[in-house]
Amino acid sequence: MVRFVSNCTITIYGLLEGIVNKDIDNISSHISFWYDPDKRAILYQVGAACLFAFVAWYLISNTTANLERQSIATGFEFLDREASFEIGESIIEYSAADKYSKALFVGFLNTLLVSFIGIILTIILGTFLGIARLSKNWLINKCATAYIEIFQNIPVLLQLFFWYAFFYEILPSPRQAFNPIAGLFICNRGLIVGIPAANPIYKYMAATLILAVIIIYLIKKWAKNRQNKTGQTFPVFSTSIGLIIGLPLLTWIFGGMPTEMNVPALKGFNFKGGLTVSPEFAALLLGLVLYTAAFVAEIVRAGIQAVSKGQTEAAVAIGLKPGQVLNLIILPQALRVIIPPLTSQMLNLTKNSSLAVAIGYPDFVSVAGTAINQTGQAIEGVMFIMIVYLIFSLLTSAFMNWYNKKMALVER
Amino acid sequence: METINENIKKEIVKPPISDVGIIGWTRENLFSSPINAILTLGLLSILWFSIIPLIKWAFITSTWAPDSNCREASGACWSFISANYKIILFGFYPQDVLWRPITAIILLCTLLVISRNRNYWNKYLGYTWLVSLGIMGALLKGGIFGLAPVDIEKWGGIILTLQLSVFGLTASYPLGIALALGRQSKFPVIKTFCVFYIELIRGVPLISLLFMSSVVFPLFLPEGVSINAILRAQVAIILFTAAYIAEVVRGGLQGMNKGQFEAADAIGLNYAQTMRLIILPQALKIVIPPSVSVLISAFKDTSLVIIIGLHDLLRTTQVALSEPKWMGFSSEAYLFLAVIYFLCCFFMSTYSRKLEKELDTGL
Repeated sequence: MVRFVSNCTITIYGLLEGIVNKDIDNISSHISFWYDPDKRAILYQVGAACLFAFVAWYLISNTTANLERQSIATGFEFLDREASFEIGESIIEYSAADKYSKALFVGFLNTLLVSFIGIILTIILGTFLGIARLSKNWLINKCATAYIEIFQNIPVLLQLFFWYAFFYEILPSPRQAFNPIAGLFICNRGLIVGIPAANPIYKYMAATLILAVIIIYLIKKWAKNRQNKTGQTFPVFSTSIGLIIGLPLLTWIFGGMPTEMNVPALKGFNFKGGLTVSPEFAALLLGLVLYTAAFVAEIVRAGIQAVSKGQTEAAVAIGLKPGQVLNLIILPQALRVIIPPLTSQMLNLTKNSSLAVAIGYPDFVSVAGTAINQTGQAIEGVMFIMIVYLIFSLLTSAFMNWYNKKMALVER
Repeated sequence: METINENIKKEIVKPPISDVGIIGWTRENLFSSPINAILTLGLLSILWFSIIPLIKWAFITSTWAPDSNCREASGACWSFISANYKIILFGFYPQDVLWRPITAIILLCTLLVISRNRNYWNKYLGYTWLVSLGIMGALLKGGIFGLAPVDIEKWGGIILTLQLSVFGLTASYPLGIALALGRQSKFPVIKTFCVFYIELIRGVPLISLLFMSSVVFPLFLPEGVSINAILRAQVAIILFTAAYIAEVVRGGLQGMNKGQFEAADAIGLNYAQTMRLIILPQALKIVIPPSVSVLISAFKDTSLVIIIGLHDLLRTTQVALSEPKWMGFSSEAYLFLAVIYFLCCFFMSTYSRKLEKELDTGL
């Protein structure tokens, strides 16, 4: 009896539920079109899509009409044509008879070169300044602060012009070049440094250097594993230094110790031999590094300050050595704060290297600009520029996502 | 007991002279350890050997009068500035009506000084800004109230720099807010478009946009229509800055408590009302300091228009430098510009720091 009643109740509830549901269905079909958020959302989006499509169609139709009227070619055939312009400096062999595609590639390599060297120098200088900014020494602290304020607040383009003018106007001509140490000349043609004369042994030295890095990586992994298992530590740092200096040095000694140098010498109006760093490159590098380092310094300072003092004290209390405190406690935590803004500053440096066009260093933008002027194919040229920098920024954000995932605090 | 107290009172020991006053301060802040002492002395000697000649160059052996002969002087040639300041600051603006840009700049500075005080922040200040921007435009452009018209192409120097940054920021702020709201939107089509736009613009350097404004924009326009180069650069700067503003504003929107949205829904406000009355006033307040940073970089970035051949402050200086009489005085010229830019940016960044402190409610 009891079961029957409860069954009935369930049935009745079920029926009621059905009726209620039906009612809701009825109601929703009665809502007028304008007050149904789902339908309105579709309408808005169709409207927006139509607007975008219309604007795109309008621009494209105008552009095609204009291109036809001015008889400008479209497409990427120009890449296969002869570039017929010289490029001031290049890492790879290039002549005016080469194709546009190669010219653009030369520009791309130049952008990479200046960004790469710039990033390394910026990190070094920025870290120094960031630490100096936190120094208890009043003079050092104030000097770092003044540097940061001054260099952050002056447009980087103005700084580039200043350094470029500095190299051209203030430095003497090659005949009166400064010669601070043997083999190094500073004049308005740039920095000319003596380099070791070409010898096959240097290739092997480079190879052993790479080998040393790989060995260090393996040793570090092994040492960490061993420490996790047994608690024994291994002097990774001193071993690394030994390997990095030792292996190439050994190669050099066994290779017959070549000491011949390619020393620059004054011939006519300019230096011959040695390695020449052009004033354009030097000014660009100097401007970018000094400007970006000011921002990096603030990031480093914030990162160090983000690690609370208790962490250091606790680390000392459990008996870690100063080196271990820095390596195991402070750096991992500070880097978590530093790396994301630092990567975006590095990306900024890469983007700012496009200002090279203003002082005549042939970076990608400058070469693409010349190509635009010669072929008139502005759309393709600007597209190339944008794609190259987009690739840089996509790579950067991919790295950042990977890093953030790796460094994310695992909460237990 | 009392005797002991009295004894202590009598024997109040003064700290040793080496721990207080100038000596104490020097010991603690400059020579606290051997390394610090070496660093201090090293830095002092570097400063001594760089600052003294610099001061000598800049102030003592320098020439100041506009007509003096710089080639003979060993120091800085500030005569370049005093002889060319009109061209540097105002470009090719007609020399006889220079009072107009000067009035406009004074108006702008007055407004900036007034806006520093947060007590005046209300909608009347907003209206004042709009009206004043209109007056400034009218003053510069002329053509009404009996002012002789001046072609926009002749705007140069600091006028162009200020125009590009002030109008650029005024126009890009609403656009940036719209993009930020679009990025938070529930509608996938609008959201995709906004994300695509913001990431595209933030991924490319401003130069590529300026190139686009100078060589690609003209192709977009229908036949017979043309816009002058300054306005095209202005559009490029607006489009560029808007993407950065959008990211800043998005930070503010994400910082909003979800309860605010729910409360607004509960009292029956629609989307536009929720945003206008509840969300944006709070979100925009949070992002004032980072917005000022965007303003600073926008101001510095206006110098890039030199690359597409506009006569901003940097370019007019180079024009003045290209005169044979003044060739070779770039250092003085660029230092002068650096001081101008530094003062403007430093003013803004100190203000933003002050604001950050004031607006920080400690939450």
